[in-house]
Amino acid sequence: MILSLFLAFLKIGAVSFGGGYGMIAFVQETVLSHGWMTQEEFLNIIAVSESTPGPLAVNMATFVGASQAGFAGALAATLGVILPSFLLLLLIASLIGGLMKFAGVRAFLSGLRPAVVALVLATAFTMILSTAFGLSSLKEAPVFEATDLVLFLLIGGLALFFRLWKKKALSPILLIVISGALGILLSAIG
Amino acid sequence: MEKAKRLLRLFLTFLKIGAFTFGGGYAMIALLEREIVAKKQWLTNDEFLDMTGIAEATPGPVAINSATYVGYKIGGVLGALLATLGVVLPSFSIIFIISLFFDAFLSLTVVTWAFRGIRAGVTVLILSAGIRLFARMEKTPLALVIFGAVFLTMLAISLFVLHFSSVFLLLFSGVIGLCAYAIRAIRKGDKS
Repeated sequence: MILSLFLAFLKIGAVSFGGGYGMIAFVQETVLSHGWMTQEEFLNIIAVSESTPGPLAVNMATFVGASQAGFAGALAATLGVILPSFLLLLLIASLIGGLMKFAGVRAFLSGLRPAVVALVLATAFTMILSTAFGLSSLKEAPVFEATDLVLFLLIGGLALFFRLWKKKALSPILLIVISGALGILLSAIG
Repeated sequence: MEKAKRLLRLFLTFLKIGAFTFGGGYAMIALLEREIVAKKQWLTNDEFLDMTGIAEATPGPVAINSATYVGYKIGGVLGALLATLGVVLPSFSIIFIISLFFDAFLSLTVVTWAFRGIRAGVTVLILSAGIRLFARMEKTPLALVIFGAVFLTMLAISLFVLHFSSVFLLLFSGVIGLCAYAIRAIRKGDKS
């Protein structure tokens, strides 16, 4: 178990580009395919990782590891997710000179970037389907609840309103706090 | 002695960065800039921009990448180790403690409802990050084709519960970028 946690997160650390949001897709894929968590449990973990400080990837790794195998699991998963970047960046920092100057490297990255953006947006889209409409795949019947759709629309509307009104995005932590409060409020009403 | 002091300051600076950044790599870049360029002047602005580019373009968490890079620049391998440890330690401790109480915590009805709201909030956050990334993406015809193809493939994978790693999609997209560059270079060569 500890080894498979370490290896799974080693792989995530080695292949995910573009920070936490890009990584969510990989971690989701990993925990679902290993049967470590359900989609709903995973969303809870993202919520906690988002609303606590520190790198999203480390938070997710620690949480998934701890939930599967306690402290040793948390340590193994965190070490796994860190190790590839640590070694690679150590290498790059010591060889720095001009990796970005090679046209081939730039060309590779120019193909990679739109794919990363697509990954993030596709993740957002499948999350909307599962949180707001209760549809997690076409193989299962959707479990639709109007409350969840209302919550999504309220929070999305709030974020959009704030963006247009203040001309800058609502801070993630404030958005999380408001979302939690709205959830509790809706339970009181409903 | 001077070196030990410097290493300690490096560790403490990254401990602080790890403890006070919420919301992932992009939020961390802003904090790093303030601490490392403006306050401590460990890197020049240009060096910082190079570092950011490399941290974003290499795999792995941006925060770990930047900590390793800056740490190495300032204190060699030991510096890299201390900076990375510093940035990880706060989140590791906090999350581990939360995970111990998480199941008991979730069984409270209030918490269940709060998390129902928070799940919707996280979805909104990821959607808006995706939209921002898309807005800043260079929209060449090739980039748009890659974007569309990867987006649709990812949707199909999750809706039909297919087993196909998105890693291959990323690598494949990079190779397409490389091929497009090669074709352009050959065409240019033909003309001249």
